[in-house]
Amino acid sequence: MAPGLRETRSRLHGPPRNRPLRAAVLLVGALTAVPLAVLFSAWASPETAVWEHLAATVLPNLLRNTAALVLGVGIGTLILGCGLAWLTARCEFPGRRWLDWGLMLPLALPAYVLAFVVQGLFDTAGPVQRLLSQIPGLERVSFEARGTPWVIAVLTLAFYPYVYLLARAAFLGIGRGTLEAARLLGLGPWGTFLRVVLPTARPAIVAGLALAVMETLADFGAVSVFNYDTFTTAIYKAWFGLFNLPAAAQLASLLLLLVALALAGERRLRGAARFHETARGAPPPRIRLAGWRAILAATAGGAVLAVGFVLPMTQLVGWVAVSAGGGLDDRYWALLGRTLLLGGSAALVTVTGALLIGLARRRLGDRPSRIAADLSALGYALPGSVLAVGVMLSFAGIDNALNTLWRLAGGGSLGPVLSGSIAALLLAYLIRFLAVANGPVDSALERLRPSVVEAARALGARGLDLARRIYLPLLRPGLLTAALLVLVEVMKEMPATLLLRPFGWDTLAVRIFEFTSEGEWQRAALPAVTLVLAGLGPVIWLARRSAGAHESS
Amino acid sequence: MRSTATLLAAVLVATVLTPIAATAAEVVVYSARNEQLIKPLFDTYTAKTGVGVRFITDKEGPLLARLRAEGANTPADLLITVDAGNLWQAAEVGVLAPLDSPVLEGNIPAHLRDPGGQWFGLSIRARPLVYSTERVKPAELVSYEDLADPKWKGRLCLRTSKKVYNQSLVAMMLARLGEAETARVVQGWVANLATEPFASDNQVMEAIDSGRCDVGIVNTYYFGRLAKERPAMTVAIAWPNQASSGVHVNISGAGVTRHAKHPDEARRLLEWLSSPEAQGLFASLNLEYPANPAVAADPAVAAWGSFKADPANVAEAGRLQAAAVMLMDRAGYR
Repeated sequence: MAPGLRETRSRLHGPPRNRPLRAAVLLVGALTAVPLAVLFSAWASPETAVWEHLAATVLPNLLRNTAALVLGVGIGTLILGCGLAWLTARCEFPGRRWLDWGLMLPLALPAYVLAFVVQGLFDTAGPVQRLLSQIPGLERVSFEARGTPWVIAVLTLAFYPYVYLLARAAFLGIGRGTLEAARLLGLGPWGTFLRVVLPTARPAIVAGLALAVMETLADFGAVSVFNYDTFTTAIYKAWFGLFNLPAAAQLASLLLLLVALALAGERRLRGAARFHETARGAPPPRIRLAGWRAILAATAGGAVLAVGFVLPMTQLVGWVAVSAGGGLDDRYWALLGRTLLLGGSAALVTVTGALLIGLARRRLGDRPSRIAADLSALGYALPGSVLAVGVMLSFAGIDNALNTLWRLAGGGSLGPVLSGSIAALLLAYLIRFLAVANGPVDSALERLRPSVVEAARALGARGLDLARRIYLPLLRPGLLTAALLVLVEVMKEMPATLLLRPFGWDTLAVRIFEFTSEGEWQRAALPAVTLVLAGLGPVIWLARRSAGAHESS
Repeated sequence: MRSTATLLAAVLVATVLTPIAATAAEVVVYSARNEQLIKPLFDTYTAKTGVGVRFITDKEGPLLARLRAEGANTPADLLITVDAGNLWQAAEVGVLAPLDSPVLEGNIPAHLRDPGGQWFGLSIRARPLVYSTERVKPAELVSYEDLADPKWKGRLCLRTSKKVYNQSLVAMMLARLGEAETARVVQGWVANLATEPFASDNQVMEAIDSGRCDVGIVNTYYFGRLAKERPAMTVAIAWPNQASSGVHVNISGAGVTRHAKHPDEARRLLEWLSSPEAQGLFASLNLEYPANPAVAADPAVAAWGSFKADPANVAEAGRLQAAAVMLMDRAGYR
């Protein structure tokens, strides 16, 4: 082998020379690991009494409910997400262009808002049943909009966009050649979908599914609207009801462990199978749906959009009208500004973190960077308040140490340095939303052909120059997708923002909390609508851009 | 794109590096009582005294965890929370400082403040019964305990036991009746439920209004709000336990923190909040009852009638909260 070639090889696969990259990825790994370690450290004194009590009373029911939700929401988001993504990405029917981006809109709506609106509209005392009772023959129909099926339905509608978004991008990326080859080998449309398209898109679909399931596990807001007990309920019961934060941390760490095992298990099942799109070529022609198929497709998409987005938005706008815009004052602009500023900064920080992790996994490929990468995805499965407290405890610990050192050095009281700072808040966002950014960043990196980077290196590009001239332009679409997803997520985020924001840093989500925590939903409608509208911009732009990019390629 | 990033970075660095300015004439408050219920009072106080008030709001649990973790470094001078259980817990973990204030002791009755002087009630929240005016006669409603009687089978609606208001209610019952009798009552409630417990007091009243059940237990201010929204609602308040222990009441209240940087300013703010001048506003902002007996309740609140309140010290609700939660879990009250 020629010496020059070997050198190139060793840079790509061999012992890493990327000291800065390695240092950076270990820093990200450590930042995410510290708050998680704080949670696990609660096991130092096992709260046996609490565990015994929970096991003897509520735990069996909670586990049943949680399993039902994970299974139901998992299947639901898979069917809705993949089915709708296939329809909008690869088929043609009336309304497809609208649904293509419209089906992403529920992302902008917090799950607990959807839960509250659906519960209010459909429950016994709600307008839907009042209307039904007017219809002859249905006067005696009465049901409660609660229980497992309702919770599954609401969470599915709230979380399917993750699967939809990632599956859609994967379906759009499948080239004409692959599909034609499948046809030539004798597969029909369904056979192609099941045996070629789905396996090829599997990593993307699984990434979306993992997000949906982790959101389900971490959710507290939506399930508590239905008074539906899940594992998260036990965590909060231990903390708020039994005043036992260590027991809550123990429960939460158990949840984390389960998620980590599930993620590792999936990776092992997938094994060494890799699907590379070799020659993209022209996009394959869309499947034209006609007659009842077209109607069915349009109805399915339209119904999901109607219940998942139009209905709750209509209700929110109605409430704003009832409260006559009460509470709209000049502070509103500041709220919106801070919401966007925090979201934007968090997006920047989180996407940078995801990029470092993705690069390290590819370029370094060693155990520490793999562990850092795996750790970084876990924060998404933690209930928000628990993660926030983990971050807060870490920073308070560092502050206390700093103060002690300062006093020993002869200084006075330093006061809080990190806690209550923007840095703490951004760290919490980073840990929570790295999992969201990882997917799009990873698939962007996947598409980056190593030969391009090698060529640039051969021409003398190094370090930041390489990043600026090669990586950033080529990765931009993926990075933007990740950034916008994180932006929308951070704007909706509530528990970490509440606990860790500096004084005066109220956001729209904080305003929503102030009202909903006392049950004043009508007054919460104005900040909620503003939040959704602020999130709509990025979501629509995201959808349009990705559709445009693929149509024109 | 890049210039936006630079701008963001600049703003961030500036914010991160800005020291938390601690001027002498201010009080820093951690509050689990919502902004709309405290800010008007703080604004009035600042206008009157020139002392600024900075505050941050959150749920009680996270706020308390933060106060504990920050220890001596905490910027907080005053902790305001809802529910005596949370105040008791704050005192228990040692984040509050005992206060020797004749003003507060004069303004706030003994059963609405910590015997050790670490916290003081600022408003009273009563949790009476509500009933269907179409299907129940007020005379039938005797007490919380009576709702365990089989005559209410299939007619009772309750909010979830995960809400602290119900935990306090059962904790005070534990203090009064003991373990066995309280367990009997709670089991009776569960047996009488018309449907699974609800997520909110509002849902309880809506269920009564729509005929799903006949009687429930809610805080008065939720009733006040819903009644204003739906004048045609066929739900009314009944005051239970008038011949015995009195209506269950809870408080919202506050205490000066152990490591307060402005303890004197914090004490003065707390004293002012207990004064007749502030008490009317403090309670009426949320349709609650003033803790200071010298101050009359808001006319809208007074219209629900007067009642005998439970005179037991609300600190018991904190001491027995964990026991109450476990008791409700065992009784299958979700």
